[in-house]
Amino acid sequence: MLRADNVTFRYHAGTPIVVDAVTLEVGRGDLVGILGPNGSGKTTLLRLLSGTRAPTSGRVLLDGTPMARMSRRDIARRLAVVPQETELAFEYTALEIVLMGRHAHLGLFEVEGPRDYALARESLAATGTAHLEDREFHTLSGGEKQRVVIAAALAQASDALLLDEPTASLDLGYQLDIATLLSTLNRDRGVTMAISTHDLNLAASICRSLVLMRHGRVIASGPTGDVLTPDHVRELYDVDADVHVHDGTGHMTVVPVRRLRP
Amino acid sequence: MSLRRRLLTVVGIFGAATLTVLLWAPTMGSTSISLSRAFDTGVPWADNVDAQIFFVARLPRVLAGALIGATLAAAGVVLQALMRNPLATPFTLGVSAGAALGAMLAIAMRLDVGALGVSSVPIASFLGSLVAIAIVYGLASSQRRGLSTNVLLLAGVTLNSFFSALILFVQYLADFAESFRTVRWLMGDLDVGGYGPIVAATPFIVAAFAVFAVLPRALNLLTMGEDMAASRGVEVVKAQRWAFFSASLATGAAVSLGGPVGFIGIVVPHLVRLMVGSDHRVVLPAATLFGAAFLVLCDLLARTIMAPLEIPVGIITALIGGPFFLWLLVRQA
Repeated sequence: MLRADNVTFRYHAGTPIVVDAVTLEVGRGDLVGILGPNGSGKTTLLRLLSGTRAPTSGRVLLDGTPMARMSRRDIARRLAVVPQETELAFEYTALEIVLMGRHAHLGLFEVEGPRDYALARESLAATGTAHLEDREFHTLSGGEKQRVVIAAALAQASDALLLDEPTASLDLGYQLDIATLLSTLNRDRGVTMAISTHDLNLAASICRSLVLMRHGRVIASGPTGDVLTPDHVRELYDVDADVHVHDGTGHMTVVPVRRLRP
Repeated sequence: MSLRRRLLTVVGIFGAATLTVLLWAPTMGSTSISLSRAFDTGVPWADNVDAQIFFVARLPRVLAGALIGATLAAAGVVLQALMRNPLATPFTLGVSAGAALGAMLAIAMRLDVGALGVSSVPIASFLGSLVAIAIVYGLASSQRRGLSTNVLLLAGVTLNSFFSALILFVQYLADFAESFRTVRWLMGDLDVGGYGPIVAATPFIVAAFAVFAVLPRALNLLTMGEDMAASRGVEVVKAQRWAFFSASLATGAAVSLGGPVGFIGIVVPHLVRLMVGSDHRVVLPAATLFGAAFLVLCDLLARTIMAPLEIPVGIITALIGGPFFLWLLVRQA
């Protein structure tokens, strides 16, 4: 449903290329992880996929239509973004945040009706945050905030989410919560997801396929089991790692062993 | 409570309170007047002192206060959301300093080219605000597509001090009587001299409010950051541009009418958020109504507390608003 076609991006003319001739496809129901070291262009690629930045060359297609030809509103109805962290300048309750996800579905002076409230509450329930509905957002813990923001994204576009390092600022417990939530949403509700992450084990445990990026280029992509190899980890991070299947969970796990100085 | 009901409740309560203030304020003053006599058409106008006080001295003043208070409070709400900063005010972006410089020049150069019942000072002041708006916008949009709120803030603050220096320079060169007038103007004064200036400022303010009316949901999302707003379906650059121009234009019109009446643009939005939450669809109308009532009440104090002396209203808003605001901050923390 989402396709990047030979996409290249630089922030300004004369500055280095951040995303270099990337082609990738996120199919309906996929759960794709985008992996790469710092500065590899993951976050920028996600911005291109969400249409908040326009590629310098190449194009991004959403359901077959070039994004450049779509309004923000049309894109928002089909695709929602979950940023790494959400900081508010003012105080809103969790329910208000989730209702804001309905923006693209409302007319200019329309206010949220019973259907929007029902959808918002259902999204809160789906992320296990129904009991937080009336809490001020800034009083929530990091994991709760992230789940509320995911709920807002679900209320906005329940079929496709782009997540930028959704667990980066969370402790181990919350990381596991979010991983389980994303996995469940994908499996039970068919939500299509593309996730950029540093966390190899998160990616290994929930992603069906991976895209590996370095210096703005895709160096490998395909099913998680095929792509997540010691060779690729070395190529990405200059780290020798053991990659094996964990007995208890059946997921692949990556154990870093030694830093290679190139 | 659903938004619709919350909005009706808030507008109902704030509207009733504001209406009461607006009806009551013109009956109060240093001289007590008889309303029945003021509205008695049987008495000739020239002999009807009560009517003259009511219609010439007090009513335009109350109307100007309501208009300016409502405008500065609403412009404050919009700019705070645009800058993602609850401490921004309608004066942060240099618009009021531009307006002040225009007024100073008109006073110092003894310009006397009024039009349509409006004297040269408010006209020059409005033109000054337009110049400031153009400079700040030019700077903030030169570096990249859209508006950089950081540059907007820095350009505004810098322009403020630059214009302030020019204002001081103009005052330094002016003679004694003129510098007295300029200082009085800078204190803010709702004695606008009849209905003409109010009528002249109204179209700009009404146009700005028409824009405000379509902005609130976009403002809610802009407070979560530009990328977030864009991904939720807001045309960010367009929304920022509309917010900047409407709020700046409204501020320019209000300041040219009553001078830079301080503190309303920050105290009123803050108080209103404490009472009704942060949803701009509720905050904006509530702050508009509250701002009108707040400035009219401050002005009522200004003209009665040391009667027959009238204190410039800008002094009252800051004297009351300042400590009250600090008390709120301390109490919250």
